Amino acid sequence: MHRKIRSFAGRRRNWTIPYVLFLAFFVIVPLALIVVFAFSNNEGAFSFTNFRKFWMQPEAMNTFIYSVGVALVTTFICLILGYPAAYLMSKMEPKRAKLMVILFILPMWVNFLIRTLATVALFDFLKIPLGEGALYFGMVYNFLPFMIYPIYNILQKTDKNLIEAAQDLGANPRQVFLNTVLPLSTPGISSGILMVFMPVISTFAIAELLTINNIKLFGTTLQENIYNGMWNYGAALSLVMLLLISITSLLNSDGSTKAAEEGNLI
Amino acid sequence: MQQKTDTSIITVENVSHAFGNKTVLDDINLSIGKGEFVTILGPSGCGKTTLMRLIAGFLKLSEGKISIAGSDMSQTPPHLRPVNTVFQKYALFPHLNVYNNIAFGLNLKNLPSDEIKKRVMQVLKMVSMTDYEERDVDSLSGGQQQRVAIARAIVNEPEVLLLDEPLAALDLKMRKDMQMEIKAMHKKLGISFLYVTHDQEEALTLSDRIVVMSEGKIQQIGTPTEIYNEPANSFVADFIGESNILNGSMLKDELVEFAGHTFECVDKGFEPNEAVDVVLRPEDIYIFEKTDAAQFCGKVTSCIFKGVHYEMMVTTTEGFEFMIQDYNSFAVGKTVGMLIKPADIHAIRKEQLLNSFEARVVDKLHVRFCGHSFKCNDASKFEHGTKLNATIEFDKITLDDNEENGMLRGVVSFILYKGNHYHVTVRTEKGEYFYIDTNDIWDYGDRVGVSIAPESISLQNI
Repeated sequence: MHRKIRSFAGRRRNWTIPYVLFLAFFVIVPLALIVVFAFSNNEGAFSFTNFRKFWMQPEAMNTFIYSVGVALVTTFICLILGYPAAYLMSKMEPKRAKLMVILFILPMWVNFLIRTLATVALFDFLKIPLGEGALYFGMVYNFLPFMIYPIYNILQKTDKNLIEAAQDLGANPRQVFLNTVLPLSTPGISSGILMVFMPVISTFAIAELLTINNIKLFGTTLQENIYNGMWNYGAALSLVMLLLISITSLLNSDGSTKAAEEGNLI
Repeated sequence: MQQKTDTSIITVENVSHAFGNKTVLDDINLSIGKGEFVTILGPSGCGKTTLMRLIAGFLKLSEGKISIAGSDMSQTPPHLRPVNTVFQKYALFPHLNVYNNIAFGLNLKNLPSDEIKKRVMQVLKMVSMTDYEERDVDSLSGGQQQRVAIARAIVNEPEVLLLDEPLAALDLKMRKDMQMEIKAMHKKLGISFLYVTHDQEEALTLSDRIVVMSEGKIQQIGTPTEIYNEPANSFVADFIGESNILNGSMLKDELVEFAGHTFECVDKGFEPNEAVDVVLRPEDIYIFEKTDAAQFCGKVTSCIFKGVHYEMMVTTTEGFEFMIQDYNSFAVGKTVGMLIKPADIHAIRKEQLLNSFEARVVDKLHVRFCGHSFKCNDASKFEHGTKLNATIEFDKITLDDNEENGMLRGVVSFILYKGNHYHVTVRTEKGEYFYIDTNDIWDYGDRVGVSIAPESISLQNI
C-alpha cells in the first residue's frame, strides 16, 4: 500500500491533477454552463430565443456597439499617450526608468474601485461635470499602465546594435524610428492593445460611477441582467462578448504569442 | 609610419577617449589608405572597438579629429558618414527578410526599385547567397547571416567597410573559409577595409597593414611580416605568434648576452651594455642531439605533437626555459643541444628599466605618489614638499593575493614570461602602471595588492 502511494506521487504527470481539477471546476464547467444557459429558454429547453432577443432589441445592440466604440477610443488614446511614454522611458538610464515604471504601476496597488471613487470625488471637487468625458478619463487613467508596460518592455529589450545598424545604413533619426524601432516594437503594441481593449469592453463599475449611471456600457447591461435573475439572456450576452474578445485575440495571435513571451505585463 | 594624407581615406588625429575617468584611447594617430586592408589587432579591452565606433560615429568624439574621404567628420552623425559596418553579432533586422535587409540602405536613398533589385541581386551573388532573398533571417545559419550582413553593408558602396570582429561567432573551419572570401571580396571591390579582431592569425592572413593596440595605445603599425619579424616591443612580440622573450644585454653592436651566454646577432645602435628584451621565435631555435656545435644545452621537459611540428619545452643548464618548435621530437628528459642563428635574434629596446613615478616628500618618513603615502627610508634626505622622482626596481615590488593587504590595489593587465621569471604589469585603480618581476604565477585580471618595502624606494631630484 505504502509503495503504491509513493509511486503515485512519484509520477510527475500526477502532480498536475490538482491543477486539472481546479481548471475543470472553475474554468471549463462555468464556461460550459454559460453556453448551456445561453442556448436554452426559461424552461431549460434548447432554443435561440436569447440571441434573437439580443438581435431584435435595439437597446442591447446599441449598448454593445457603443461599448465597442468606447473600448476602441480608449485603446487608441492609451496607445497615443502610452507609446511616447514607453519610448522615453526606454531611453532613460535603467535606474530612472525603473523608478518611472514603479510610478506608473503604483496607482494599481490601490483597489480600482477605490481609485475610481477617488476620481469621482476629485471631479466633484474640481466642479467638472461627470459624463462621457469623465468616463474616458477614468478608462484611460485605469488602463494606461497596461499599454505602457508591454511596449516599454519590448523597447527596452530592443538590440541597440539594430538601431546602430540602421543609422549606419543611412537612416536619420526619424527613419530609424519608423523603419526599425516601430516595427520591432509591434509585439509590445499588440500586447498593450489586447490588455487594454479586453478589460475595457467588459468593465461596468467605471461607467456606473463616473457617469452616475447615465451612460450604459455592455458590461453594465450584462451585470443588470444577471443581477435581475435573467440568467439565460445574461449568458447569451456574455457569450457575445467572449466571441468579440476571442476575435481580437485571434487577430492579434501573431503578436500576442510573441508578446506573451517577451512583453506581457503578467 | 603614416601614409601620405592625400592618398588616405581615413585619418585619425590625436584621438583620445574616456569612459567616465577610465581612458580607453590615448592619443591615437592613424591613417588608412584608399583600397587598403587595415586590421586593428589587440586583446579585449584594448580600445579597438571603441576606435572603430568613433570612426563609424556611434560614439561622440570628445578629443581629436577624424576625417573620412577628405572631410572632417568628427561631429557628423553616423547616417551621414560614407562608411558601412559589419557588426559582430550581425545585427540583421529580424522583421525583414534577406532581400529587405540588404535593400534597407538603398530604400532610404529612394532609388528606383529596379535599380535596387539589380544591386541587391548583384551582392547576393557576390556573397553566394542567390535564391535566399525571400528567406527569414532567423532561419539562416551563422555563416549565412554573416554573408547577409556583409552584403547589406557593401551594397551601399561605402568608401570604407568597417568590420567589427565579424567572424568571432563562427567555428574554426567556417572562419577560415570566410577569411578567404573576405580577402577576395576586398580585392574585387577595391574599397578600404578596416577590420577589428583579437585573432592575430586572422590579422596576419588578411591585412595589408596591422595596427597592434594595447591599453588604448597603438603599439606598432606595420605589414604582417614587419610585425611578425620586427616586433616593436615585447607586447607585440608576445601577442603576435609564439615567442621566447628574455632579458638581455647588448654588449656591443651585433653581440648580445642572454640566458647566461653570449650570442652574435645583427642588431646594432644600442648603448654598450644596454638592457634589452630578446625575442626568439620558437621555430628559429635549432634543437639536436648534444654535440660540440651546440651553443647551449638543456633538458627536454615536455614534448607535444602539434600536427605539423612538435612543441618542446627545454630548460637550459642555466635554468632558462625555452619553447622550441621542430619537426623532430626529442623525448622528455633527454639532454639536447641548441643553436640560434644571428639573424633570428631580435633585440628590442626596453620601454622601461624601472618603475618611475613623480613623487612628493610628505615628511621625514613618507613620500607620496600614485595617491598613496609610502614609507621610504630615503625621504629623510629631502626637504618636506620637494617634488622628485621615485624609482623602484622591478623585483622589489610584492604582489598580494588579497588586495586589502596591499598599499595600492590593482589588476594584472599583462604578463610576460621571461624564461625564468614573469614580468607582470599591474594597472592601479587610478590608471598608473607598476611593472613587477616575480616567480609567482598570476592571471590576467587578477586583483592584487601592491606593496613596496621602505628601503626599496629610491628618490632622485628631477
